[in-house]
Amino acid sequence: MEVDILFFALYRELAGTARMRMTLSSGCVVSDVVTRLKAGGGGLTSLPSQPVVAVNREYVPLSTPLSSGDEVAFIPPVSGG
Amino acid sequence: MSATPSPPVESPSSPPPFARITDAPLDGEALLARIAHPSHGAQLLFLGVVRDMNEGKEVEGIRYEAFREMAEPVLLSLLRSAQDQWPGVRAGAEHRFGHLHVGEASVMVAVSSPHRAEAYEASRWIMDELKQSLPVWKEELYRDGESQWLKGNSPVSNRGEE
Repeated sequence: MEVDILFFALYRELAGTARMRMTLSSGCVVSDVVTRLKAGGGGLTSLPSQPVVAVNREYVPLSTPLSSGDEVAFIPPVSGG
Repeated sequence: MSATPSPPVESPSSPPPFARITDAPLDGEALLARIAHPSHGAQLLFLGVVRDMNEGKEVEGIRYEAFREMAEPVLLSLLRSAQDQWPGVRAGAEHRFGHLHVGEASVMVAVSSPHRAEAYEASRWIMDELKQSLPVWKEELYRDGESQWLKGNSPVSNRGEE
C-alpha cells in the first residue's frame, strides 16, 4: 500500500521536500514510517524517534495502523500565536 | 406514526464558531460582527502582534507556516470546546500565515458573552490551547539577516515521552 507523507517547517527542511510517497507492506503502523525515514539517511536521520504525527489531519499515537491512501503528516513542535 | 419531526434548531446563543487560516490582514471589526449577539453585553478582541525584539535580537518580521487543511478544523474544534465550557459564549478566531512585519497581527480571538467575566476566561483559554495544538510554525527573521524556527510546544497525541 502507498501513503502520502507531509513535512512542515523544520521537518520540511530536514527532509528537503514538503511531500513524498512511501510504499509499505500491509499492517504497518505510524512508527514503522518513522523508522524507515530515520534509516533512510540525509537530514531525516535527526528526526526525533517519537515525533508528533497527524494521520488524515488528526493527531494520533505512533501505534496507529495505516491504510492505503492515508496522509501522514509530521508535525514539529508548534509555535502559533 | 411517530410525532411530527421538529426541524433542527440551533440555539441562538451557541451557533457554530468561526475559524479561518488566512494570508490576508486580520480585520477585528469584521470578526466581532460575526459573533455579536443582541443579548451579549461583552465583546472581547485579542490580537497577537509581531514585536520588534525577541531574546535580545532585533526582529524584522516573522514568516508563519501553517498546515492549513488541518489548522482550520483544529481551531474550530477549540472554539467549539470553549463554547461548551462557557455556555452562552460565542467565539471566533483567525490565524495568519506568510511573511508578517513588526506591528502586524498574526492571530486574533474574538469572544462575546452576556457578561465580561466569561469572555475574559474563554479568550485566555482559547489562546493558551491554540499555542499548544494549532499546526502553525513561526520562523523569526532578524535584522542581521539571520532567521530561525522558534522552539514550540508538542501537541498531545499519546505518543509517549521523547
